Amino acid sequence: MNTSKINIQDLKLWYGTEQALHGINLAIADKKITAFIGPSGCGKSTLLRCMNRMNDHISSCRIEGEVTLDDKNIYAPDVDVVQLRTHVGMVFQKPNPFPKSIYENIAYAPSIHGIAKKGVEMDELVETALKKASLWTEVKDKLHQSGTALSGGQQQRLCIARTIAIKPDVILMDEPCSALDPIASAKIEELMDELKSEFTIIIVTHSMQQAARVSDNTAFFYMGNLIEFGETSSLFSQPQQQQTEDYITGRFG
Amino acid sequence: MPLHTMKRFDEELDELKTHILAMGGLVERAIENAVKSMLEQNEELALKTLERDKAINALEVQCDEMTREMLVRRQPAAGDLRFIMGIIKLVTDLERMGDLAAGIAQGMLRAEENPPRNFSNLDIMGEKVVRQVNRALDAFSRGDTELAMLVIEKDAGIDILYKRMYREMLTYMMEDPRVIGSSIILSNVAKNLERIADHATNIAEMVIYMERGHDIRHVDHEAAARLLSGEDNH
Ligand SMILES: Nc1ncnc2c1ncn2[C@@H]1O[C@H](COP(=O)(O)OP(=O)(O)OP(=O)(O)O)[C@@H](O)[C@H]1O
Ligand SMILES: [Mg+2]
Repeated sequence: MNTSKINIQDLKLWYGTEQALHGINLAIADKKITAFIGPSGCGKSTLLRCMNRMNDHISSCRIEGEVTLDDKNIYAPDVDVVQLRTHVGMVFQKPNPFPKSIYENIAYAPSIHGIAKKGVEMDELVETALKKASLWTEVKDKLHQSGTALSGGQQQRLCIARTIAIKPDVILMDEPCSALDPIASAKIEELMDELKSEFTIIIVTHSMQQAARVSDNTAFFYMGNLIEFGETSSLFSQPQQQQTEDYITGRFG
Repeated sequence: MPLHTMKRFDEELDELKTHILAMGGLVERAIENAVKSMLEQNEELALKTLERDKAINALEVQCDEMTREMLVRRQPAAGDLRFIMGIIKLVTDLERMGDLAAGIAQGMLRAEENPPRNFSNLDIMGEKVVRQVNRALDAFSRGDTELAMLVIEKDAGIDILYKRMYREMLTYMMEDPRVIGSSIILSNVAKNLERIADHATNIAEMVIYMERGHDIRHVDHEAAARLLSGEDNH
């Protein structure tokens, strides 16, 4: 397999006394799209959140095992979580632009992290991020209008532009298209395809067709276990596990 | 295997299978009748076989519609996908077998003026080919990969029969120019049977793909057998 960007080793996670992940081992390939699929509650979002330590905010949450990013354990005591999240960005299910202008939505984080100086440098960064997110032509004449005034699909691309602006290595996406119509979803999918030359992308999706369309590798989870992981085309045509077969052919439950 | 949450999908898959088996039944009968019409010089049976080929073609068209609709509506994956893909290939094989049987019946009509004096091993070859077709369809019906492997193995015997018959026809033609016409027709009939058997082999290979996901086309038989037995271990 290709070089891996993220390595998950024997990862166990509890919410209070409930165990949500049961020893997950998974290597996420660099500059590829990896899809997480599985029935509701199987732990996809939980695992995704482990990769940029979003679970730290949940007080009942306890983790064992290791997650490495470029061979460095992200749960090591010396890791700066804010810094980590500049390397591992996240796009959520519901587009969540700040109630500010399109420009400020993108410039905000880079200015905090000192990635670009106000002025021409920042203008360029905003333009590049919007271009990479395939939103530039649609918003270049209204950069100072509110981000919340855009359509749902445009808002989601704005959130992707915002994530790209801090130049992460990895982009996590938790059902990024579930609130979008098929055309807006197709645009996001096309965008992901372009972004994978620069970023490692992990997407959680409930649409098996979407996973089949966009991802290089697919992981199928069930009840906190990784049941099967492999190349998307073979997983969807010839799964090795009966549970995977039942799930992707609609014979589940 | 558990049923689909969408019950209609299971019904459609069953309908598709029944449809293929019905088509297969017609094809089998067409081959039998075509060979029989030749052996017995039965013009009526030859004409009937030609007429029935239209029904086979119609079933092919219907089957294509069914599979197309299922691809659009069900977006099948895994075993379902392999099954439907297999059917799409299999139905073309069946249709071609029907055409080849019709070709035999046409050969009979053409040979009527000047019928062959002896039919060499046409009866035996006809029986063996029909049995191959029957086995292939059985293997499909039951999802029986062992039977499918048997079909693949037995194909070599049919090829030998064909070559033998072809050489025999050549000798007759050299010995007596008056039988050239009928000998050519007869060796064409044998060629059609040999090709029908090749299509039966294609069906058998598809059965293995549908059941196991192994593509054993263009793989030698021993390697294919190893691939399959290796999988039986778990
Ligand atoms: N903050 C939380 N506190 C307690 N339990 C949680 C929390 N978040 C998730 N869980 C539990 O962990 C399990 C996995 O949830 P998770 O949200 O990761 O599933 P999921 O696969 O993303 O599901 P969905 O497809 O519905 O989004 C579930 O049983 C869920 O109830
Ligand atoms: Mg989730």
